[in-house]
Amino acid sequence: MTTTTTGTDTVALPRRTAPLSSADQRRGARRRRLGACGVLMTPFFVLLVTVFLIPVGTAVWLSFFGADQPGLGFGPERTVFVGLRSYAAVLTDPTFLGGLGTVAAYCLFYIPLMVVCALALALLLDSGVVRLRAWAQLALFLPHAVPGIIAAIIWLYLYTPGISPVIELLARGDITVDFLGVHTVLPSIVNIAVWSNLGYNTIIFYAALQAVPREVIEASVVDGAGPVRTALQVKTPLVRSSIVMVAMFTLIWGLQLFTEPMLLGQQTPMINSRFTPSMYIYDAAFNRNNYSLAAAASVILLLFTIALSYGVTRWTNRSAEKQEAAR
Amino acid sequence: MTTTSAALRPRLLGRTAVNTVVGVCVLYTLLPVLWLVLAATKNRDALFSSELLSLGDFSFFANLGELFAMDGGLFSRWYGNSLLYAVLGAALGALISVACGYAFDKYAFRHKEKLFGVVLAAVMVPQTVLALPLYLMASGVGLVNTFWAVFLPVLFNPFGVYLGRIFSQGYVPDEVLEAARIDGAGELATYFRVALRMLGPGLVTIFLFQLTAIWNNFFLPMVMLSDQDLYPLSLGLYTWNSSATVSPEYYPVVVMGSLLAVLPLILAFMMLQRFWRSGLTAGAVK
Repeated sequence: MTTTTTGTDTVALPRRTAPLSSADQRRGARRRRLGACGVLMTPFFVLLVTVFLIPVGTAVWLSFFGADQPGLGFGPERTVFVGLRSYAAVLTDPTFLGGLGTVAAYCLFYIPLMVVCALALALLLDSGVVRLRAWAQLALFLPHAVPGIIAAIIWLYLYTPGISPVIELLARGDITVDFLGVHTVLPSIVNIAVWSNLGYNTIIFYAALQAVPREVIEASVVDGAGPVRTALQVKTPLVRSSIVMVAMFTLIWGLQLFTEPMLLGQQTPMINSRFTPSMYIYDAAFNRNNYSLAAAASVILLLFTIALSYGVTRWTNRSAEKQEAAR
Repeated sequence: MTTTSAALRPRLLGRTAVNTVVGVCVLYTLLPVLWLVLAATKNRDALFSSELLSLGDFSFFANLGELFAMDGGLFSRWYGNSLLYAVLGAALGALISVACGYAFDKYAFRHKEKLFGVVLAAVMVPQTVLALPLYLMASGVGLVNTFWAVFLPVLFNPFGVYLGRIFSQGYVPDEVLEAARIDGAGELATYFRVALRMLGPGLVTIFLFQLTAIWNNFFLPMVMLSDQDLYPLSLGLYTWNSSATVSPEYYPVVVMGSLLAVLPLILAFMMLQRFWRSGLTAGAVK
């Protein structure tokens, strides 16, 4: 864009008597543009500073300061520097580590399941043999329009004996399942998440598949590859960037897991108030009023998220390079 | 082209299998919603006997009446609040994000990519990390338990800026801006009169993304609000659902309330389909 401007100016130069004034003019135009740019960006960056940068800074600051009551707890409370004490407290707290483990298990189970199912569905839709494709897409997308808390409510009722027609049906076949038991509660949460996001991710993959040039697919058919091989070995590698994007967002959201366990927790004792790190933060800040502990847990969750996202990007980049080198 | 598609077309068996798999997935996504619709027509006894398809009981309107009468008509308050937070917030938020994304695309300045990196980093940061500091800041300026405590933070949408930049690249050719400049139009006038119109579909997509996010918002209201009159639907239904564990008369009300809470987003997605489909594709492919 800038090069185009300079280009036109150079062309116009010979007609002008004083080249200096043209430079002045250019500087004026540049200043006007930067001014406009500033005006357009200011509202967003005001928000960025007030509801993002300052809060992150505050969380870090809070994590290093704790409440201390001098005089055997009778004196007025005051805030003192406690260094890494809150971090040590969080990292040695078995309930926090348990929550981290829960979320890790959830992600390890949920992300591959989600990516594989959504990609498989998108490839099937893209194969061209599905009937009523537009309707199928709309139906698959529907749960995305159901708010997370409502999805959790629907599934909670479908998991509750006495209300659920699913449990009723299974009972007729002499199968009893406790969807909210010790070992089933996490898969039950995964199911809610898959239900909510499957169609949305399928459509993202489908859109990416539609953008694959038809010549590439024709070439693979000419080479004698069947539809399944074409789908797995030709189409799938070409939508890599979408796969990485979906996996990344699923990971970031997965690490924040909060709404579904909060709601299911109303009904089952298997979910305690510190079931996930986000619930731990909420519990520490608003039930126990220990801001320092909550802030330290927040910073740890943040670092964990950044490290994992960075790891995923690095890993996918490296395997992409390897793939390029192999070709 | 015809030969390839003929070669790609699987045999009849494969075709049936593919359609069955897709059909099962469609049932998986549709049936829970259908359950919600049927359950909303049942009174409490029928709800607990799991007899969804029996036609003997049709309590849809009784449930509806009960829903709006419950706790002094709180539900309509929550509905209004949710609409206000989500529609106003998403409209304003989308405008802010698109303006910033457009500026990132069309203007050059020092450290631009580094600044954009900060925006992208903000996408990654969990809401739960920001909630406590935001609460403390809001309580410092006396905004806790007010409309603004929920409304202001939801305007911030870094992913919208990312999408806005992509849409601006795709929908607003640089030549248009050059032409406007040669005509002597001001930079901001060009944005508001020319570029913003071309960005329409992108704006709708970002609006819908944000509408969904705010309608879904649960953590922030839970932290910020204690006055039930300010609750959005998500938090309100959560509270009623927890009451239902003690007093079961809340169950039909929660079911009916959930059904009504789903409607606006479905309506929005259906009405704006033409726009978001193209927008989603643009965002996904690049």
